Amino acid sequence: MLEEFLGRYSYFMIAVLMTIGIYGMLAKRNLIKKLIGMNILQTAIFLFFIEGGGKLGATVPVIDPQLGNDPAKYINPLPHVLMLTGIVVGISLTAVALAFLINISRTFHSLDEDCILKEMSK
Amino acid sequence: MRWLAVPVMALFLALMLYATTGLPLRGEPQAPANAHVSPYYIEKTIEETGTPNIVTSVLADYRGYDTLGETTVILAAGLACLLILRRGKGL
Amino acid sequence: MIERYENVIIDIVCSVMVPLIQLFALYVVVHGHYGPGGGFQGGVLFAVSIILLRLCLGKEASHKKFPPKLAAALAASGMLVYMLTGLAPMAAGGAFLDYGHLPIPGVSGAELRFLGITIVEWSIAFSVCGTMVLLFDVLAEGMR
Repeated sequence: MLEEFLGRYSYFMIAVLMTIGIYGMLAKRNLIKKLIGMNILQTAIFLFFIEGGGKLGATVPVIDPQLGNDPAKYINPLPHVLMLTGIVVGISLTAVALAFLINISRTFHSLDEDCILKEMSK
Repeated sequence: MRWLAVPVMALFLALMLYATTGLPLRGEPQAPANAHVSPYYIEKTIEETGTPNIVTSVLADYRGYDTLGETTVILAAGLACLLILRRGKGL
Repeated sequence: MIERYENVIIDIVCSVMVPLIQLFALYVVVHGHYGPGGGFQGGVLFAVSIILLRLCLGKEASHKKFPPKLAAALAASGMLVYMLTGLAPMAAGGAFLDYGHLPIPGVSGAELRFLGITIVEWSIAFSVCGTMVLLFDVLAEGMR
């Protein structure tokens, strides 16, 4: 039981982080807070992938001449590459979302959902 | 309707915590994620590309097409911001 | 929105930090083959140094040092070099982005692929650096 917990506690933390992110996206009224929730969700997914690529007793994925090229001695490089892609795509997403938010606040003078809906129905 | 968010998220958290029990333990070398292509990358990177950093060789060589798409995405994001915020005003 | 903040501490700290950050960015890009680093990280670091200049010098002076048009040109030209690196092996009889067929005389095999990775990393660095500065300029201009 304890071994099960120690082997999986990072996944529990990642699940909690993911829930916080989705809760932020669903329940908050301010659009900036929704964007922050989306970023927290992204971070949870990055952590999940990096966590899945780890191996106990292995080192960073840079070939060391003393260790040779034994796959058991290096952690899995593939999640790192995928998450590098993911981080860059996340930055682009955040930038475009911020541009939209700037435009929304210019048009409606507010970032609150209810205010914007009231303003739009006028 | 907003009160619904809390029970829905509690349900989601329970589902996620249940799903973690099906995952391999942390740091297990025999996990399925560590099995298929990544041993090939680790064994062949010096021989095929001469680059000790496996992340670089996978990023730029083995999965170069992926990185091309990624660079296109970030350039497109920059141009989209330019078009959204400075329409008609030039660069 | 961005204006010069007249303060001798900020001026001196920036004048010391900016060259150091730029040197470190170049180191990160060059060292990408042998350790942690690569095009994305180095490009972002270089862009951060430009953004620091923008924040401490203000709009007028920093636009003289690094004009916004240069950022857009850098982003687009990095992308163009990447595309051409992908297309050149096709002209020489290989597949798209197959660096083993790059038409560079004198090198072959693993060395040629090493060289291809270097070209691609530098083009990614230019592209990312230009895009980051462009994003900062556009978003900071829009917040008024």
